[in-house]
Amino acid sequence: MSELYQSVIDTDIHNTIPSLKTLYPYLQDFWRDYLEESAFVGPDAHDYPAGLPFSARADSKSSDGPPGSQMELVRSNTIDAWKAEIGILTCNYWTTSIHHEDFALALSSAINDWQIDAFLNPEPRFRASLVVPGQNPELAAQEIDRLGGHPGFVQVIVPVRSHTLYGKRHFDPLYEAAVRNNLVVGIHYGGASGHPPTPTGWPVSFLEEYTGMTQLFQSQLLSLITEGAFNRHPDLKVSFIEGGFTWIPSFIWRMDKEWKGLRHELPWLTEPPSAYIHRHLRFTTQPMGAPPDPVHMSQILDQMGSTDLLMFATDYPHHHFDSPREALIKGIEEPLLGKIMAENARNWYALPN
Amino acid sequence: MTVTSAETKTQVREQHAAIDCDIHNAMPNDVTFRKYLPTEWHAHHQSNGRRGHVGSGYPRAVPHAARVDSWPPSRLPPGGDLGFMREQLLDYWGFDYGILNCLGGAGGDLNLPYAAALCRAMNDWQVSEWLEPEPRLRASLLVPYEDADLAAAEIARMGDHPGFVQVLLVCRTREPLGHWKYWKMYEAAVRHNLPIGIHFGGAGGGPITGAGWPTHYMEDHAGMSQAFQAQVASYALSGVFDAIPELKVVLIEGGFAWLPPLMWRLDHHWQHIGNGAVPLKRLPSEYIRDHMWLTTQPMEEPAQKAHFAQLLDQLQMNDRLMFATDYPHWDFDAPTTAFPVELDSDLKRAIMADNARNLYSLL
Repeated sequence: MSELYQSVIDTDIHNTIPSLKTLYPYLQDFWRDYLEESAFVGPDAHDYPAGLPFSARADSKSSDGPPGSQMELVRSNTIDAWKAEIGILTCNYWTTSIHHEDFALALSSAINDWQIDAFLNPEPRFRASLVVPGQNPELAAQEIDRLGGHPGFVQVIVPVRSHTLYGKRHFDPLYEAAVRNNLVVGIHYGGASGHPPTPTGWPVSFLEEYTGMTQLFQSQLLSLITEGAFNRHPDLKVSFIEGGFTWIPSFIWRMDKEWKGLRHELPWLTEPPSAYIHRHLRFTTQPMGAPPDPVHMSQILDQMGSTDLLMFATDYPHHHFDSPREALIKGIEEPLLGKIMAENARNWYALPN
Repeated sequence: MTVTSAETKTQVREQHAAIDCDIHNAMPNDVTFRKYLPTEWHAHHQSNGRRGHVGSGYPRAVPHAARVDSWPPSRLPPGGDLGFMREQLLDYWGFDYGILNCLGGAGGDLNLPYAAALCRAMNDWQVSEWLEPEPRLRASLLVPYEDADLAAAEIARMGDHPGFVQVLLVCRTREPLGHWKYWKMYEAAVRHNLPIGIHFGGAGGGPITGAGWPTHYMEDHAGMSQAFQAQVASYALSGVFDAIPELKVVLIEGGFAWLPPLMWRLDHHWQHIGNGAVPLKRLPSEYIRDHMWLTTQPMEEPAQKAHFAQLLDQLQMNDRLMFATDYPHWDFDAPTTAFPVELDSDLKRAIMADNARNLYSLL
C-alpha cells in the first residue's frame, strides 16, 4: 500500500522493444530478411520527439534501449514506486501505421510474444495490451484469437490516429474478436495514418499536435456512437488512453443536444449519447489538462455524470509530474479517490481483488 | 417556431437591446449574381463555374439546412429575400442590428483569381441589396482566404465601407489559421479595423476529422467543434497575436463549452512542453481571452442548469460572448429561449447587445 493511496492500479505504462533485433527470434526468416533488406526503422509515427524532456523522464533512460524497454527499470519506476497492485502495459509500437499489412501482422505477433517473455512471465503484477494491425481488422482478429486467451493480456491497443474512423463497420471483426476474448479495446494517443491530424490541416508545432489529439479522440467517440458500434457490439468496452478527460462534460452537452435535433438520421440510437459513454467508455487520467482552480476540477468531475469513468494512469515514461503526490487530482476524497486510483480499472479490466 | 405574438417581441425590446451576430443572407439566383460579376469572368463562370474541395458534402437534415418556415413567399431561397427577413427576423424580434454572414463558398474556390472575383461580386451585391436598403444590417466581407495577397486586396478595396464590420473566413481551411501564410490578410484587416470572423463550415481539402471521413450529417455538424478547437490552438500557439497585436478573432457558430478545457490543456502543456521555435510571452489562454470573441449559437445545454453557470465561470469571457440566432437555419436560437438558465440582467445585456456593440463599434 502506498502512503497516499489505499490501492493503486496504473492503466498506462508504456513498454516497448529494446530494438528490432529483439524481435528476430520471434520472426520467420522471410520477415527477418525483409527487415534487414529494407533497413526498416519502425512505424512512421512521431508521437514523442526524442529530445523533449517531456517524452521521457530522466529516470526512465537506460543504455540498453529506449525508455520502457527494460522490464526491471519499468517495474521499479512504476508499480514498485507506487506500490501498485497491477500495472497495465500499453505498448505503443504502432504496427497499425505500417502500410504493409502482412508485415504489420508479423511484427505485432513478434511484439506480443516478446511481451509475454520479457514482461508478463517475469512479473505477475503486469498486464499487457495486444499490439495488432488495426488497419486490417481481419488480421487483427487473427492475432487477438491467437493470444487473447492468455491471462496476461487484458486489452487490444490501437492508435487514435487511424486511417478510418473507429465507429465504421470496417472494424467489426476486431471488435468481435475483442469481445469474444473478453478484452477491452484501448484507443491511445498517437499514430501515423498519413491524414492531417486536424480537420484543418497539419499543425505547425508539436504542442499544437499534442493538445490537438484530444479533438481526434472526440471525433472517434462521435463516430463510435453515431455509427452504432455499441449497438452492434453491446459488450464492447473502449478505453481512451492519454486523451484527457476534462472535455467530456462539454462534449456530452453538445452530443445530447445534437441527438435531440438530429436523431431521425440515427434511429438506432435509442438513448442519448451520454448513456453510451457512461456504459461503454473509460478514460485514463493523464494527461490531466487540469484547470488552475481546483474548484473547476471538482465541477468537471461532477459534470461527468458518473464516478466510474476515470482510471488512474502515470503514462510512464512521459513526464507529467515529479512525484506521486503531484499526480493526485487535488481535492478529491473517498470514495471517488479510491474508484479512480484502482476500483474503476479493476471492474473494467476484471482484475483480481 | 412556437413563440407567438407581439408580446414576446415587446418583451425583448423593452428588457434589452438586441443584436444578432449571425444571420445568413443568400444570393437569390445566378441572374442577380452575374449583374455583379466582372464581365471578364462571365465566360469562365458559364463554362466551368465553381470548383471547390469536392467530396466533403453531407446531406443535411433539411433543405438548405433551413427552418421550414423560412422559405419566403417570393419563392426565393431562405435568407434570399430582404423583405421577408425583415419581417420574420429583424422586426419580429426587435433586433437593433444584425450581422450578415453570407455563406456559399465564394472565398474557397480552387481557382483563386476567380474566387477573388466571386467575393468581389458578392460584396458589391451585399452593399447594393442589403446594406443600402436596410440600416439595421451590417455585413461580413467575403475574401479568397487561401491567398493572403488577394484577400488583402479585397479588404483594401472595401474595408473602409461603413457597412462591413468584419472579414469572413470559414472554420475548415487548408491550413490551421494561425499559419503565417494567412498573416498578410490579418494585417490588412487590422489596418481597416476589422475583426476576423470564422464561421462554421468550409472545406479545406482534407478529411474533416483527423481519422478520415465520417458517415453522418450529425458527425459533420457536431464535429465542427473539433475544427474550431484546432483553429483556436493554432491561433494561440502561432505567435500571430504577438506579431499583430490588434488582431481580433470571432468564432461564429462554434459553441463555446469546449473552450475552458482547451485553454486548460494548452496552458498546462505549454508550461511542460514549451512551444518549439515560437516562444510565447503569455499563457495561451491569455491570448485567447484577449483576442477572441464567441457567438452563442449553438449553445451547449447541460442537463443540469447549475452546470451552465459553472461553464460561464470557467470560461471567464462574459464580455466576449455575443448572441446569435443563425437565421434561417434549422438550429435557430430564439432570444427568449436560447439560454438554458435565466441570466442576471447585466450579463444578459452584455451578451444580447453590448459586447457586439463594442466589438463592431455599433451606435
